[in-house]
Amino acid sequence: MSELDLTKLIFGRLTLESIPYHEPILIVTFVMVALGGLALLGFITYKKAWGYLWSEWFTSIDHKKIGIMYMVLAIVMLLRGFSDAILMRIQQAWAVGDAAGYLPPDHYDQIFTAHGVIMIFFVAMPMITGIMNYVVPLQIGARDVAFPFLNNFSFWMTTSGAVLVMASLFVGEFAKTGWLAYPPVSGIIKSPGVGVDYYIWSLQLAGVGTLLSGVNLLVTIVKMRAPGMSLMRMPVFSWTALCTNVLIVAAFPVLTAVLAMLALDRYLGTAFFTSDLGGNVMMYINLIWIWGHPEVYILVLPAFGVFSEIVSTFSRKRLFGYASMVYATVVITVLSYLVWLHHFFTMGSGPTVNSFFGITTMIISIPTGAKVFNWLFTMYRGRIEMEVPMLWTLGFIITFVIGGMTGVLLAVPPADFVLHNSLFLVAHFHNVIIGGVLFGMFAGITYWYPKAFGYKLDPFWGKMSFWFWTIGFYFAFMPLYVLGLMGVTRRMNHFDDPSVQIWFIIAAFGAFLIAIGIASFLIQLVVSYRRRDELRDETGDPWHGRTLEWSTSSPPPYYNFAFTPRVHDMDAWWQMKEHGYKRPEEGFLPIHMPKNTGAGIILAGIATVLGFALIWHMWLLAGISFLALLAVAIGHTFNYDRDYHIPADEVAGIEANRTRMLANHV
Amino acid sequence: MHLFKFLRLIPVLIAAALMSGCDLVLMSPSGDIAAQQRDLILWATFLMLLVIVPVIILTLVFAFRYRAGRNATYKPDWDHSTVLELVIWGAPLMIIIALGAMTWVSTHKLDPYRPLERIDANRPVPEGVEPLVIEVVSLDWKWLFFYPEQNVAVVNELAAPVDRPIRFKITSEGAMNSFFIPALAGQIYSMAGMETKLHAVINEVGVYDGFSANYSGAGFSDMRFKFHGLSDEDFDAWIAKVKASPNALTRDVYRELEQPSQANPVTYYASADETLYHDILNRCLESGDVCMDEMMAFTELGLTMCIAGDPRDREAGSEKEVRELLDLTMAGDNGRSLNQ
Repeated sequence: MSELDLTKLIFGRLTLESIPYHEPILIVTFVMVALGGLALLGFITYKKAWGYLWSEWFTSIDHKKIGIMYMVLAIVMLLRGFSDAILMRIQQAWAVGDAAGYLPPDHYDQIFTAHGVIMIFFVAMPMITGIMNYVVPLQIGARDVAFPFLNNFSFWMTTSGAVLVMASLFVGEFAKTGWLAYPPVSGIIKSPGVGVDYYIWSLQLAGVGTLLSGVNLLVTIVKMRAPGMSLMRMPVFSWTALCTNVLIVAAFPVLTAVLAMLALDRYLGTAFFTSDLGGNVMMYINLIWIWGHPEVYILVLPAFGVFSEIVSTFSRKRLFGYASMVYATVVITVLSYLVWLHHFFTMGSGPTVNSFFGITTMIISIPTGAKVFNWLFTMYRGRIEMEVPMLWTLGFIITFVIGGMTGVLLAVPPADFVLHNSLFLVAHFHNVIIGGVLFGMFAGITYWYPKAFGYKLDPFWGKMSFWFWTIGFYFAFMPLYVLGLMGVTRRMNHFDDPSVQIWFIIAAFGAFLIAIGIASFLIQLVVSYRRRDELRDETGDPWHGRTLEWSTSSPPPYYNFAFTPRVHDMDAWWQMKEHGYKRPEEGFLPIHMPKNTGAGIILAGIATVLGFALIWHMWLLAGISFLALLAVAIGHTFNYDRDYHIPADEVAGIEANRTRMLANHV
Repeated sequence: MHLFKFLRLIPVLIAAALMSGCDLVLMSPSGDIAAQQRDLILWATFLMLLVIVPVIILTLVFAFRYRAGRNATYKPDWDHSTVLELVIWGAPLMIIIALGAMTWVSTHKLDPYRPLERIDANRPVPEGVEPLVIEVVSLDWKWLFFYPEQNVAVVNELAAPVDRPIRFKITSEGAMNSFFIPALAGQIYSMAGMETKLHAVINEVGVYDGFSANYSGAGFSDMRFKFHGLSDEDFDAWIAKVKASPNALTRDVYRELEQPSQANPVTYYASADETLYHDILNRCLESGDVCMDEMMAFTELGLTMCIAGDPRDREAGSEKEVRELLDLTMAGDNGRSLNQ
């Protein structure tokens, strides 16, 4: 008896049965991941790269390296999220009529939940955070973010959430609730297993990272702009980053609170969202969307910023209507808080409430429309270079306006009553998230890659990726619009009606085209690395850019700017070039910089253990890891060895190198 | 032909064009409410295309015309035009004003809680016709329909006479589902402890699909039923068929029925416990449970007392007074105000 209790105390709910070795798909996946992981670890060990990775990357507080690590995380998770998508597409194309397909509901329901959670929280969020991390300080002429250690900690907390989601694949199960885990399905009665707990704790850990990184970038943009850069001279990407981080800081605490209440319902038997004891599920649905709708704009605003930079750079022209672009961004930021109810018009609110939220939703399309027109008139009378980032931008404009149109349609409550929860809705949000956010991120990656790595990405594979993604997108999602109009609802495991099958087959074909698009992107990274000498950017300004990040070398020195630049115009770097700016070549001063620290990765590592222990009810481990977390956090506050000065000689050496490189180039 | 009449034909023509390819039920519904929702979708789409089509064309034209190497006009510093700014903000604004007005009117007119005023575009509801009441309960994972007027109940099959308004009262045993018959009218959520309502009418005889549109767990994909639009005689015959069933829906039978099960066959119940729906809705199936409506009435009574003064100030033995007050509260509208 006491022995049994001890096992329970240590292992909680975790038993050998929790390992899904009876699921062949998971076993194969596990073997592949394990082999791939071992190969990677072996390679790192063989190259003796552990020390390098630890001291130069994992513990780095350099915003540029953290930005790159965010992108790596996002791309790894994109592969996982996309695998889920392919599995779903095959299931739905297969399971029609008498066929049951190959994924029983028990497995299928986990897959669509994981797909949504991963794509939003662990692909889209790390991508926008990564790009903002990399670009914002450079663009506003700062040497790092306001709180460099916090930045490292934020990244590792996001990663620890991703680790828990991945762990759920091989130990236990993931939630079978849909990506927002509505109760009562996510309640303890209907979901007694560990799936929803994996969901809660992975999002809580990642949420800490997101919130802190939001605070960090917000303070950075407000306080650390170069002298002369008033708000109305700030590049549009930084503006969108500012608004996005305002949204993050205001919205993410709501998510944390609502998930905490769900956790209390599940762990302690409270009744916030139950049907009895005065609880109410409608509260959960309201709260989750009060976070969830701003989240959509958190994702898409930085993408808008990326397109604004690209369209102006590649049209060789000032951005049309800068002020109206800024106002549009701010209006969208404010309005994004006034529309959440449009996600549940069908919950029985009265017509006045529904019309109010329908109309506020439509109003958002006015500033969004203004932005689209501003991009159009930036192209008007420009000299458009059809480089890969510009292709993504054009693909975005055309795709996004279609998604915007179906979005406004869904905002009309009586229309929503028939379209809600249908595949039309699924097509709509993929239309704006792929066409808007993802295209924006690929455009941004191609645009800033030479800045980060010192060489451009290979354009052939970039174009391949663009065309396969774009055409694949239309094949994959236009059929879903049709299916939605046929009255087909989302999250279905199998279908009775044989006439739907052809559309699902077309959609699956589209998904395979997208797979080629993703493969092209990965090939592009490898090919570009191998051809890096031909693609080398020695000037630091490969696209004839307009903003300050292009005034640095590629890649920039770790201190970014030897001297803080002075800003006189919106397109600061363009204006400096026009006025025959000369780079200072002497008179360098020592630069005050923060020091690397392992505290971030250690804290996040312990937090991962804590999360795992809470999921499995391993109370002993949970207690120990919680105390350890406190101890390390407090211990870190006694670390006074946090900064150092780069000697002036070293700065002079680095800058002299750059002078030589620039001279060679000309 | 009058221009206006012609304009009214546009949605129908577009719908016909779209329909020819496959069975787009949302574009060719058989109920008046769904038909109005279809018209709204088409009109809204048409309004938005006024902006979307020019934007797509301009994008392609500008990208082609001003690409490098074509030596079109180049104005690198041109970045502002007040007239263009006015158009840029004004054109979408105009369309949103039109769409917003349409939204306000149609949302009120097509409010699912609003009793019907017409059977279809040309026929108002005749005087004295009462809607057919159907009480809907979503269970894991099947639908239970009560016909209080006929005192029968059915699992996973629904029927209604053509051209008679139907009033659905909808609740759930546990999980949140969405009650949706695309050919008839839009969907509405079913939630435990709450009642949502839907008013609709079917205009054509036929068999239509109904299902849950909100994911509710493992058996969700099979939570489907057929909705039969029947002539009056056929509806009576259908009721008679249900009445001929040997089953009766008692509380014990219900307790068994509410256990999770998947892909349930159609089941008829010749009679149903008359307070069962009320007790499912108010979560008081077991004797000794306090029904939610009573609980809320008590709460409201408590509030009334708070406003009126401390109950201890009242004379003891005023039990009758409390009961009267309670009855008064219970008699009030407990639709949206209490059950929502």
